[in-house]
Amino acid sequence: MRTDTLLSFEEALEKFDPALGLEVHVELNPATKMFCGCPSAFGAEPNTQVCPTCLGLPGAMPAVNRVAVESAIRIGLALNCEIAEWCRFARKNYFYPDMPKNFQTSQYDEPIAFEGWMDVEVDGATFRVDIERAHMEEDTGKSLHVGGSTGRIHGADYSLVDYNRAGIPLIEIVTKPIMGAGEQAPDVARAYVQQLRELIVALGVSEARMDQGNLRADVNLSLAPRGAGGLGTRTETKNVNSFRSVEHAVRYEMQRHAAILDGGGSIRQETRHWHEDTGVTTSGREKSDADDYRYFPEPDLVPVAPSREWVEELRGTLPENPTAKRARLQTEWGFSDLDMRDTVGAGALGLVEETIAAGTTPQAARKWWLGELARRANDTGTDVTSIGVTPAQVAAVQSLVDAGTINDKLARQVFDGLLAGEGTPEGIVAARGLGIVSDEGALGAAVDSAIAANPGVADKIRDGKVAAAGALIGEVMKEMRGQADANRVRELILDKLT
Amino acid sequence: MIDLTRRTAADLADALASGEITSVALTEAHLDRIAAVEGDVHAFLHVDREGALAQAAESDRRRESGSPASGLDGIPIAVKDVLTTRGLPTTCGSKILEGWVPPYDATVVTRLRAAGLPILGKTNMDEFAMGSSTEHSAYGPTHNPWDLDRIPGGSGGGSAAAVAAFEAPLAIGTDTGGSIRQPGAVTGTIGVKPTYGGVSRYGLVALANSLDQAGPVTRTVLDAALLHELIGGHDPLDSTSIDQPLPDLVGAVRAGEGGDLSGVRIGVVTELGGEGYQSGVLARFQESVDLMVKAGAGVVEVSCPSFVHALATYYLILPAEASSNLAKFDAMRYGMRVVPQGSTPDFRPSAEDVMRATRDAGFGDEVKRRIILGTYALSSGYYDAYYGQAQKVRTLITQDFATAFGKADVLVSPTAPTTAFKLGEKLDDPLAMYLNDLATIPANLAGIPGISVPSGLADEDGLPAGVQILAPALADDRVYRVGAALETLLRREWGGPLLDRAPDLDMRDRRGEASA
Repeated sequence: MRTDTLLSFEEALEKFDPALGLEVHVELNPATKMFCGCPSAFGAEPNTQVCPTCLGLPGAMPAVNRVAVESAIRIGLALNCEIAEWCRFARKNYFYPDMPKNFQTSQYDEPIAFEGWMDVEVDGATFRVDIERAHMEEDTGKSLHVGGSTGRIHGADYSLVDYNRAGIPLIEIVTKPIMGAGEQAPDVARAYVQQLRELIVALGVSEARMDQGNLRADVNLSLAPRGAGGLGTRTETKNVNSFRSVEHAVRYEMQRHAAILDGGGSIRQETRHWHEDTGVTTSGREKSDADDYRYFPEPDLVPVAPSREWVEELRGTLPENPTAKRARLQTEWGFSDLDMRDTVGAGALGLVEETIAAGTTPQAARKWWLGELARRANDTGTDVTSIGVTPAQVAAVQSLVDAGTINDKLARQVFDGLLAGEGTPEGIVAARGLGIVSDEGALGAAVDSAIAANPGVADKIRDGKVAAAGALIGEVMKEMRGQADANRVRELILDKLT
Repeated sequence: MIDLTRRTAADLADALASGEITSVALTEAHLDRIAAVEGDVHAFLHVDREGALAQAAESDRRRESGSPASGLDGIPIAVKDVLTTRGLPTTCGSKILEGWVPPYDATVVTRLRAAGLPILGKTNMDEFAMGSSTEHSAYGPTHNPWDLDRIPGGSGGGSAAAVAAFEAPLAIGTDTGGSIRQPGAVTGTIGVKPTYGGVSRYGLVALANSLDQAGPVTRTVLDAALLHELIGGHDPLDSTSIDQPLPDLVGAVRAGEGGDLSGVRIGVVTELGGEGYQSGVLARFQESVDLMVKAGAGVVEVSCPSFVHALATYYLILPAEASSNLAKFDAMRYGMRVVPQGSTPDFRPSAEDVMRATRDAGFGDEVKRRIILGTYALSSGYYDAYYGQAQKVRTLITQDFATAFGKADVLVSPTAPTTAFKLGEKLDDPLAMYLNDLATIPANLAGIPGISVPSGLADEDGLPAGVQILAPALADDRVYRVGAALETLLRREWGGPLLDRAPDLDMRDRRGEASA
């Protein structure tokens, strides 16, 4: 793989202004597909959720799913968009083996929602992202290319196609060029995708899991000479499957563009692929005027014309405005500005909220999601939202801590068990034998032997240096393999020596 | 007793209801007729003898138990091979679908089955309904029962010929630019193109989605109305289908069949006649108009100036939609698959190679011609000049109709400019072939209903001609009322149905011997 030349981030910013554009695909979760009655549930056996329409059999026809339109309108309204009074679907024509009809039915120049905005919080400040459009389309089938080295269709020995995904409703949300973010551009990009996801989850229209592909982001980036205004040539980076990748991909492309432009070169308008493992983008397909999708209005569908009454009715179902909601939660939870900023920044607001709703205190919820779980997510190069632990599980773990069954240290082992799929927190505690030993006899014996083994430390405590007890507590906890209540150990030591 | 195959569906319905005949006997009679004349006519691509007889036996059981599924229960029917039929091959006249057996029924077929009509088989057609002669079928042409050396019209020549040759009392056709009406005209049968959206297109393998419409192919106007009422009406699977009840079509036939047209205003379209029209066709048309006037109708001449652009408009919109519709035939999921051979032994074809080779081998020249035209018309930079402009002209044509229907209740013209031409005559001249649909295309562009009724035989060649009656969208009842009246008036002149004058196909072999 050729290594790109990069300019340092700081130098790139000295010379250029970045412009961002984000295209986010959200897989909706109505019970059925966009244009037929097939179930849309994730994870079924391949090619079991198909019918003549989503298989593109000759003669079959589409019919629009009303629930998907409703979801699209609600997303549009939540993004402060205008809702079209009349709009059509178009055919986007191109050949690909996993596209049953060899055209994708998608809204082209008549989106259901347009001209909106979303206020994104970045480091405590608000940045307004203008939304160009949110439009409806259908997903394609899913190919699995077997053999060959790249996992791509070229060079594969054979390919398998699962059409269960074909026809799943998608909403594509496209921003206008985001200018003026400067050094915050990578953070704005990340925060936008995170907060958009929160909004989608709050609307209840999608699982919105990036790791399952429910939410997919394409990152457009261009640079213009600093202060010159206008837009440079852009690249579109695909395969960006986590919040941190969004941030890293923007940063990488900024540095790569800057090096090329600074060296007197020009940017090729192209699609690029983000590589999570190596943290670089590589050239994909060149985008040019040769891409001709021959769009024309889908003649098999009548226009979608949502009545104003319906739109207003749907407006009434919107969740709380995100900015107001953040302010309310901060007050309710008693979080400092910094706590709140970290929580929002990690994309964990919704997780913390759900954990609290499941009965955990705000402090404990924040502790797990921003501490232990954020660290693990970071170690594995993913986001806390995709780590595979649910708010309900975190609440269950904390209630075990609150009950004195385990302590925080043991709780980490419970998370190990959860991530390894060993069952419920209670089950893991039992199976791994993690419960705190409350047998006073065993504890007392361990305390006695620690005192006996460390006479110097014991003397210090007897002399009133209570802080020295820490060393003995550590000794006892080690002896008990962590399965003791440290406070009780401390009490026992002090009882015996003072 | 009259030969069962020569009776009308309405008459057969009475005979079945009274117990005079059984569906099995009726279906057998048609299957025997098919066996006798198919060698000459070739109206069918697939005959389902076993299936049809099984359905007929079920129909007889329903009749015996006093619970027929519909008025037409037990009357056999032929279905154009462009409608999907569960368990029966559906090829659309193309090699690319050879051997494909759909897993589902088109809504029209579902309704036929629910109404108890045994399906005799699938009828021949121009490949993917592209043509006016049935010569573009990948499985060989259908022959006109009036003269076996001539075309039966197209694309639905198979359905029209089957009905004209008494192989089926009823058939289903589809009409994108005249494919029901023009074959009706040149075979002396009735063909109705309903209002766009009047009959579900679900399961109709699309040629041009915004133009296609399935409809009845019969020997009488009443039979067409009976069949139309059975297949028509809203279908949630087709979002373009009209969500309101059909007008009373059989009632309209009853209102017209007395031959009285008092108070009906007939508009003769200036642009649909004159130059390019065969003299015998024009003569029969004028006689029909004169008969209608004698029966009380008023006649006005109306001009539809945009119609001169109809053919050009049609040949932009149709190929554009077709080029996209036909993209699904890529050898990935069904139908023909051609794996290309490479020049080296270790050549491994890619998916694209297979698609390319299959489409090259599977599509005929006319289909390729239209895919290329349509792809070009939709290309960026050309879209506005071609597809976009065509849509604007389409609006003008619709407005011309609206203006004309302000002056007349129905519009009339010859259905086709000529009688049936000789097989092969226009095969190498696509433009000459396209001109055959000159008079029928405007109705498809505007989505309005039309019927073709036989107007008599042209003096110069003794072959049938047709008169087309058009009405505003949703007013299908008007074409039936006026069609039924004209049919009655003409039969009074002729002393019987026009098809009685068609040569007897059974006699042909003897005739052949005599001339040898």
